[in-house]
Amino acid sequence: MLDVNGVQKIYRGKDREVEAVRDLTFRLEEGELACLVGPSGCGKTTLLKCIAGLLKPTSGSVEVAGKAVTGPPRDMSVVFQEYGRSLFSWLTVQGNVELPLKEKKLSKERRRTLVTEALEAVGLADSARSYPWQLSGGMQQRVAIARAIAYEPRVLLMDEPFAAVDAQTRADLEDLIRGLWQRFSMTVLFITHDIDEAVYLGQRVLVLSSSPTVVQDDVAVDLPAERDQLTTRSDQRFTELRARVYSEIQNAKNGQAASAPAAT
Amino acid sequence: MTTPTTDTARPTTGSQRPAEGRVRGPGAAFPFGSNALLGIAGSACFLLLWEIAPRTGAVSATYLPPASEVLTTLGERLLVAGFWVAVGDTLAGWGLGLAIAFTAAVTLGFVVGSVPALRTFTASTVEFLRPIPSVALIPLAILLYGTDIRSTLLLVVYASFWQIYIQVLYGVADVDPVADQTARSYGLGRLARIRYVVWPSALPYVLTGVRLGAAVALILAVTAQLTIGSPGLGQEIAVAQSGGATALVYALIVATGAIGVLVNVGVRALERRVLHWHTSVRGEIAA
Ligand SMILES: Nc1ncnc2c1ncn2[C@@H]1O[C@H](COP(=O)(O)OP(=O)(O)OP(=O)(O)O)[C@@H](O)[C@H]1O
Ligand SMILES: [Mg+2]
Repeated sequence: MLDVNGVQKIYRGKDREVEAVRDLTFRLEEGELACLVGPSGCGKTTLLKCIAGLLKPTSGSVEVAGKAVTGPPRDMSVVFQEYGRSLFSWLTVQGNVELPLKEKKLSKERRRTLVTEALEAVGLADSARSYPWQLSGGMQQRVAIARAIAYEPRVLLMDEPFAAVDAQTRADLEDLIRGLWQRFSMTVLFITHDIDEAVYLGQRVLVLSSSPTVVQDDVAVDLPAERDQLTTRSDQRFTELRARVYSEIQNAKNGQAASAPAAT
Repeated sequence: MTTPTTDTARPTTGSQRPAEGRVRGPGAAFPFGSNALLGIAGSACFLLLWEIAPRTGAVSATYLPPASEVLTTLGERLLVAGFWVAVGDTLAGWGLGLAIAFTAAVTLGFVVGSVPALRTFTASTVEFLRPIPSVALIPLAILLYGTDIRSTLLLVVYASFWQIYIQVLYGVADVDPVADQTARSYGLGRLARIRYVVWPSALPYVLTGVRLGAAVALILAVTAQLTIGSPGLGQEIAVAQSGGATALVYALIVATGAIGVLVNVGVRALERRVLHWHTSVRGEIAA
C-alpha cells in the first residue's frame, strides 16, 4: 500500500546543506498500523512530507497504492505535529472537517454525514459549532483527527500527534486511534519519539537511526490485537519489545558516536 | 524586503496588528468602564478650557471663538440643507475613492503577493511611489480634472491605495506554512487555497489597511476640496474663511473631526465583526 524506496532528502540552503534523511526503504501492507520512532531531528517530519507529496525527495521514490507520489495523493490524510496551526481558526470545528470534503466535490448530504460521523467517532459531536481556539489542546487534536478520517483516506499519516498533550489525554487518544484504525480499516503510519507509545499502538515499529538517517530496525509487535492501557503495558512481552526498541535506538546513537571522532 | 525607513509601511507590527496574529491587537487599549468616564472627563475639561480661554482674553476671541459659540454655529448649520449636501459630497469622494483604492489594492496585492518574483520586481518602484505625498499631485489633478469630483478621487485613491496595498502584501506573506501545507495535503488547489486560507489569513491586515486608508482618504478628500475647490466640506471651510466667519470655520472643522471619529468607529466595528475569530478581537471577550 505504501512503498518507500531509497528516499533521501537534502535541504539546500544558501551556503549550507542538511541531509535530513539518507536512505529509507520500507513498505506498509494494506491495513497495517506501523509506528515510526526515531530521535528528535532525525528527519521523521521530513519523511512524512515526502510521503505526503509536500516535499520532493532528493532521490528515491514513494508509491501509494502502486502510484508514484508527485503531489498530495487523493486518498491520504495527514495529521500534523503542530495541530494548533493546522486547524483554521476562522472556521468552526465543523467547517474545518468539512472543507476538504468540499474540495472533493462531495454532495452536501454526504458531507454532512461524514462530518457528523467523524466528530462522533472522536467524541466531539457537541463541539461542532465551536471554534478550534475555544477547545482544549486534546480536543483540538481530536478535531484534526476527525478531519483526517472524514476525508476517508486509505492511508493516514500522523506526525507526533500527541506530543503536546498530558499523559491521561494521550492514553485516551492512543486508544482512540486504535479504535478508528480497526473501524475504518486504513493503513496508518504513526510517527512518534515515544518508545512506549510506538509499541503500544503499532503492529510494527520502524526504528530510525539518528542522522544520517537510515532504517535501523523493523520490529514486529506480536501483542494481542485487543490492547488495554493497563494490562498491555504491564505485559511481559510489552516490556521485552520496549527494551528491544530502546536498545536499537541506543545502538543507533552509539554507532554514530563511535564513527564521529573517526570522521574528524 | 523592507528598508529601515519604512516603519509606516508595516503598522501591522507593534500596537496596530500582531504580525504573527498571536498578540493582542487593536481596541484592547480602549475598554469601556472607568476609562470611558476618564475620557469623558478629559473632553469636558478640554471644552471648558476652550470656553474660558477666549472669554478671559487669554486668546483673542476673533481667532478662537469660545466653544459655546462654535457649537451653536454648528447646531445652526445642521439645519441648513447646503451643509448636508457638502457632507454628502465629502462622504461620496471619500467612499468612492476608498472603494476604488480597496478593489485595486486587494486585487493587485494578491496577485503580486502570491508571486515572489513579481513582488521583488515591483518592490523598488513601490518604495519610490509610495512616499510621494498625495498633495503633491494637486497640480496634476487640477490640470487633468479641474474642480471636478474626479480631482478629489485622484488624490483620495492615490493616498489610500498604498495604505491598503502594503498591508495586503504583508498579509499574503503571513500565511502560516502549516495551514498552507494542511490545505495542500487535502488537495486544495491554488484558487481554493487563496479563498479558504490566504484570504482569511490576510484579512486582519486588509482591515488594518482599510482603517488606515479610510483615515487618509478623509484627510485627502477635505484637502482636495479646500485647495482645489471641488465641492464638499473643505470648500465650505474655504468659503467661510474668505468671508471672515471664524466661528463657522471652526464649526466645519469640528464637523470634519466628527466624521473622522465616526469613520474610525465604523471600521473598528467592522473589524470586530469580521475578525471575531482572530486573536486580536476574541482576546477582548475571552481572556
Ligand atoms: N525546511 C528546512 N530547511 C532546512 N533544514 C531543515 C528543514 N526542515 C528540517 N530541516 C532539518 O532536517 C533535519 C530533520 O528535521 P525534521 O523536522 O524532519 O526532524 P524530526 O525527526 O521530525 O524532528 P522532531 O522529532 O523534533 O519533530 C533537522 O536537522 C532539521 O534541522
Ligand atoms: Mg517532526
